[in-house]
Amino acid sequence: MRTRPWILLLAAVPAAFLAYFFVYPLVTILYTGLVPNGRFATSAFVEIVTNPAMRSVAWFTLWQAVLSTVLTVILGLPAAYVFARYRFPGRSLFRSLTLVPFVLPTLVVGVAFLAVLGPGSPFGVDLRGTIWAILIAHVFYNLAIVIRGVGVLWEQIDPHLEDAARSLGAGRWRVFREVTLPLLRPAILSSAALVFLFSFTSFGVILVLGDLHHSTLEVEIWRQATAFLRLDLASALAVLQLVGVTVILLLYGKAGKRMDGELPLRPSAEVARRPRTIGERLLITATLGMLGLIVVVPIAVMIARSLNTPTGLALTHYANLFDPPRASAVFVSPLDAIGNTLRFAVPAVIIAAGIGLMAGVVIVSARGRSGRIFDTVLMLPLGTSAVTIGFGFLVALDQPIDLRASIMLIPIAHALVAIPFVIRSTVPVMESVQHRLREAAAVLGASPRQAWREVDLPLVSRALAVGALFAFAISVGEFGATSFIARPATSTIPVAIFRLLGRPGTFGEAMAMAVVLMAITAVAAMGIESMRGSRSGGV
Amino acid sequence: MLEVSQLTVRFDGTPALDGADLTVEDRSIHVLMGPSGSGKSTMLRAIAGLEAPESGEITWNRRSVLGVPAHKRGFGLMFQDYALFPHRNVAGNVAFGLRMQGLDSAIIRSRVDDVLELVGLPGYGDRSVGTLSGGERQRVALARTLAPRPRLVLLDEPLGALDRSLREHLLVEMRSIFNRVEATVLYVTHDREEAFTIADRVAIIRDGGIVADDTPEGLWRRPPDGWTARFIGLENLCAASALADLGVQPPSSTTTTGVIPPEAISLSPTASNAATVAGSHFRGGAYRIELDLGAGSMLVTWSPIGIESGTAARFDVDVTRVSWFED
Repeated sequence: MRTRPWILLLAAVPAAFLAYFFVYPLVTILYTGLVPNGRFATSAFVEIVTNPAMRSVAWFTLWQAVLSTVLTVILGLPAAYVFARYRFPGRSLFRSLTLVPFVLPTLVVGVAFLAVLGPGSPFGVDLRGTIWAILIAHVFYNLAIVIRGVGVLWEQIDPHLEDAARSLGAGRWRVFREVTLPLLRPAILSSAALVFLFSFTSFGVILVLGDLHHSTLEVEIWRQATAFLRLDLASALAVLQLVGVTVILLLYGKAGKRMDGELPLRPSAEVARRPRTIGERLLITATLGMLGLIVVVPIAVMIARSLNTPTGLALTHYANLFDPPRASAVFVSPLDAIGNTLRFAVPAVIIAAGIGLMAGVVIVSARGRSGRIFDTVLMLPLGTSAVTIGFGFLVALDQPIDLRASIMLIPIAHALVAIPFVIRSTVPVMESVQHRLREAAAVLGASPRQAWREVDLPLVSRALAVGALFAFAISVGEFGATSFIARPATSTIPVAIFRLLGRPGTFGEAMAMAVVLMAITAVAAMGIESMRGSRSGGV
Repeated sequence: MLEVSQLTVRFDGTPALDGADLTVEDRSIHVLMGPSGSGKSTMLRAIAGLEAPESGEITWNRRSVLGVPAHKRGFGLMFQDYALFPHRNVAGNVAFGLRMQGLDSAIIRSRVDDVLELVGLPGYGDRSVGTLSGGERQRVALARTLAPRPRLVLLDEPLGALDRSLREHLLVEMRSIFNRVEATVLYVTHDREEAFTIADRVAIIRDGGIVADDTPEGLWRRPPDGWTARFIGLENLCAASALADLGVQPPSSTTTTGVIPPEAISLSPTASNAATVAGSHFRGGAYRIELDLGAGSMLVTWSPIGIESGTAARFDVDVTRVSWFED
């Protein structure tokens, strides 16, 4: 199909945005790493290899991500199976529950597990600074990816395949190993790649729970850049991390492609059935119990500890947020942080929705290769770590125009992260209305533009609202990039939580602030769930 | 020999099987026929060990198999949708059961070749199952089921997914394959012609219970009740009073319905009963003639030649061929 000029025009806006706020900062990071003082030098890269501290950071980043991924997959598979194959009371409620951790800002996840497993834990343990706290938090955060990703495929595997294997003499375990597992492999691999990606670039969780005993590449980039002002080393680390992320994304793409292979697909409604044997009931109960424990307990403890004061349960910590007793010049008041967060969220949502919609129209209209490439390029910020984006802004956006003091910088960073979510929410809907309805409209005498306005827009607006809510949730919870570019006066809620955690005597206020952030996110998440309805979305 | 007695299976409280009895003799092909939802597939799955019965007994050679898990029963099961493993090629599918038995790979290879030869797909081992036609898939599924030499072969509508001409062809072929390997077969279908073509015996299942079990001819000649007669395709069900008008007397006062097989009606100008031809339709080889006896009574028979509608006709009924039941 011939590319029409208006598509090129429409493509120019997202392309320019991405070029200036994503590609240009990344190139600058590379340049800063390789040409630190105006001359080409590999010293920063050599330092990563030779410095034992840097080596151990890289090693830790890798193995904690591997371990987190393995644990998440092992715990996620039984849950995916239970949701895919059985009908039981409260199924959709529990399914929604598993999504809760995933929509929570990572800093809130860190704070929740600090409440459960850190100092003053109701369980009498203090795992702060240990790998266990980090692993458990990563499992909590990523479980939904495995449950959803694998579950969707599992629902579509014909149970007759397993029955056939059983009648051919395979025991239950053998059936799983020889039939189910090979068929699920693409979904397991692609979910695992995503879990690995998020664990590999984990920031908020590590910062809060690692207590600086454990540092990932992501944390180290932030530390080297903000605490030691070693921009060259931070750049080299960012380049190293980008290489790792690229490898993971390539594996993810490969796994995703293999999912297109033909399977004897069945509608999911037919497959799920009520449990019949005691063993099946036991499995469901145990799985739901595990989910309840891992999802509900951290959140409940965090809420409880936000209400816990020396004189019993009270709203003291919340009151302190609005009337901070220890406000200071270098420290934004929590109330201002809440105001900042909402003020930044509005432009972030507008930018993300606007550019995401333009990009979506381009992707759908320019079918074929160019559309796919455009789609892939726009997904890149999703894979790139938030810290790298923030760091890139810091090193790149002082010229040609110095934007670093601009009030718009934070919303732009948030929009960059959110645009892929807007695209993923809208493109499937636009693609599905494309053919028949448009043809119908054309036959009824509507011009392409009229057809778009009359047919696509009403249908797409709902999907766009979902994307906008995603963008809102991302903006209010974003921590990695914001921690780089926020000044004390422009601190957002996550930044304020982190500051409160770092100050003596404000632990309760940090909990209260995290609960406030969770509540704001929950409202957005409920909006997303209700608008998406039963339709299974792209993200 | 498979014996099923008083088998009951419930799903969420509603019985899918309700006290069903069935005996399958060694080296026989026993068809289980019933309308959809009658419990025939559930029966097959319970025998295979894939569904746990609530009560009743399943024995093989007089020993209970209820405590034996599906994979150790040695019963092969073939599905209507074939359930071929999409991640394995033809040979990989056929070899699956043999591998589960822990056989030597050289033995497996030669057995796979033999079985593929048996089902008429020699040399298909390396093909991907995604590239096969419907008939080829059916043969691969059959080969996979037969390869481990199951004590009992269970088939769930094995030809249900194929078109008619292919179905008839494969049906004859399957019968000869089962005879050649001396298989004991329980074959589920809803199709009468399929059942009658392949079966040594036919069991009729209705609402989770077996209502008839006989040879195909016995079933045709002596249907136990009106529902079964209609289900196997007998049409001429008449009230005793209507039959009395034709000179056919019921054997006792409690039998209220009789069924006349179409071949028991003979048309001839000198016959004793009069009727009007209401319809005459060519059905390949013979005409289906509908006779209107007046007063809303209709009879169906076959004739080698067509008769124009509205023509008067005369016919006789072979009294010995009429079967009676209380209905």
